[in-house]
Amino acid sequence: MDLFLPESGLVIWMLIAFVIVLVILAKAGWPMIMGAVEKRNAHISDSLLAAEEANNALAGIEQKRQETMAAAQAEQIKIMKESQDLKNQLIEEAKTQARQEAEKIVADARLKIEKEQAEAMANIKNEVIALSVDIAEKLLQRELSDKSSQNAYIEQLLKNNPPRIEA
Amino acid sequence: MNHVLKHIVFFLLFAWMAFAPVQSMAQDSLQEPKKEKFDAKSFIFGHTGDSYCFHITEIKGEPVCVWLPVIVKCKDGGGWHCFSSKHVCELKEGETFNHKGANFYIAPINADKYPGKLVEVKADGSLSRPFDISFTKNAFGIFVVCIFLLAFFLPAARKYKKDPMAQPTKYQGLVEWLTYTVLDGIIRPNIRKEKVNKFAPYLLTVFFFIFFANLFGLIPFFPFGANVTGNLSITVVLALMTYFFVNLFGNRHYWKDILWPDVPIFLKAFPLMPIIELISTITKPFALMVRLFANILAGHIVIMVLMALIFIIGGMYGAGMGGVMSVVSIFMTIFMTALELLVAYIQAYVFTMLSSIFIGMAQEEPKHE
Repeated sequence: MDLFLPESGLVIWMLIAFVIVLVILAKAGWPMIMGAVEKRNAHISDSLLAAEEANNALAGIEQKRQETMAAAQAEQIKIMKESQDLKNQLIEEAKTQARQEAEKIVADARLKIEKEQAEAMANIKNEVIALSVDIAEKLLQRELSDKSSQNAYIEQLLKNNPPRIEA
Repeated sequence: MNHVLKHIVFFLLFAWMAFAPVQSMAQDSLQEPKKEKFDAKSFIFGHTGDSYCFHITEIKGEPVCVWLPVIVKCKDGGGWHCFSSKHVCELKEGETFNHKGANFYIAPINADKYPGKLVEVKADGSLSRPFDISFTKNAFGIFVVCIFLLAFFLPAARKYKKDPMAQPTKYQGLVEWLTYTVLDGIIRPNIRKEKVNKFAPYLLTVFFFIFFANLFGLIPFFPFGANVTGNLSITVVLALMTYFFVNLFGNRHYWKDILWPDVPIFLKAFPLMPIIELISTITKPFALMVRLFANILAGHIVIMVLMALIFIIGGMYGAGMGGVMSVVSIFMTIFMTALELLVAYIQAYVFTMLSSIFIGMAQEEPKHE
């Protein structure tokens, strides 16, 4: 049947039309479409890569910032602790110093008192000695026969010259 | 899996068309019973075959046609003749049309010699088939598909050329999707990466040509409806193109495998294998040609037979049975047309797939051992 035989006229039309369409699309159709899509694909994948890199960099910066923050906080705590210690130390030192000062003052006072006591004692001693010498001198100047009159005299001397005792 | 899904979506996108053609086809066919006796053969082959005019419909018994030019060159020293097909299509039986001293008529579809073709009646009454390059219904169909392809893909290409990095429009998205379904689904898996750009334009063009020709063949009203891919003249050209792309660009390794394959020496010294291989280069595109042609033609014939069945049954058992049959026929035709939509895609897919496999095989480099 002629259905199964190619018709020369139609073959020619088909050949002409198809080759023309093929040439036009091969020159001005497919390469443009494919080229643009490939280009865009490359651009998108590049952009994604760049975005990821930027993200990574940002993550690095964030990490660094957090590290810095943590370090600063640690530093702050350390400094606060140090200043607390210093304060305590200063207070302690001041207390110690004050105690030492007080002790020193007390010791000085005691020393002074002791010294004054010693001086007073020395004065008394000197007085007693002077008095004794004085009395002895007077006794020696006035020779008394009897013992009773001697005593009366001593009494009289003592009355006239009461021993000066400095406080 | 993703690929399969893509192809299913591709098919469904056009599935809605299934309902439009059936209605129009039914209307088209219902006007047939005006004839005394329903001639199923001429009805079926008249619709699936080529024609000198583009028959649209009939109004009050008058055919409404687009008259296409007849271009013929008579044999035996006759000159070129170019006239409107109106003159030969409207001839009554036994009449001839005289153009510049030559008499023409179109042989009836059930004639023994040159059925449905323009023939010249010589002075002695003998018939002669002139060299015929008439712009027939199928040639018109080819041009419709070609113009559609150019009109559909070129504006997108121009937009891409103008600004490749611009955000693509929806139309560009469609073009991209169609192009890359074929490119990534069919071409790239079969052809080496470096050679894709060389062969992709042909394979894309052939895919979309076949696909849209198949679809347009299913739309039964005027600018469409020509049975383009179900015609051997068209598929022979497509197969020849593939043959050309396979063998003309085949590399040395490919030719070595054909002419001096790796088989025991006695098989190729007496050139048994080379002969078989050479024949196989022809049988491959031949199979492509017949597969596409037969699938599409068969689909069209089945739809037409289902339509013809209404009138055959009606003629045998009366109009009542014909009416009952029409309900059955229409449901079966809906099913067939839906199936044809699937076939339209599958055949375009298969032709392109096999072409790219053959081209890919002719581009293979020997494996380094």
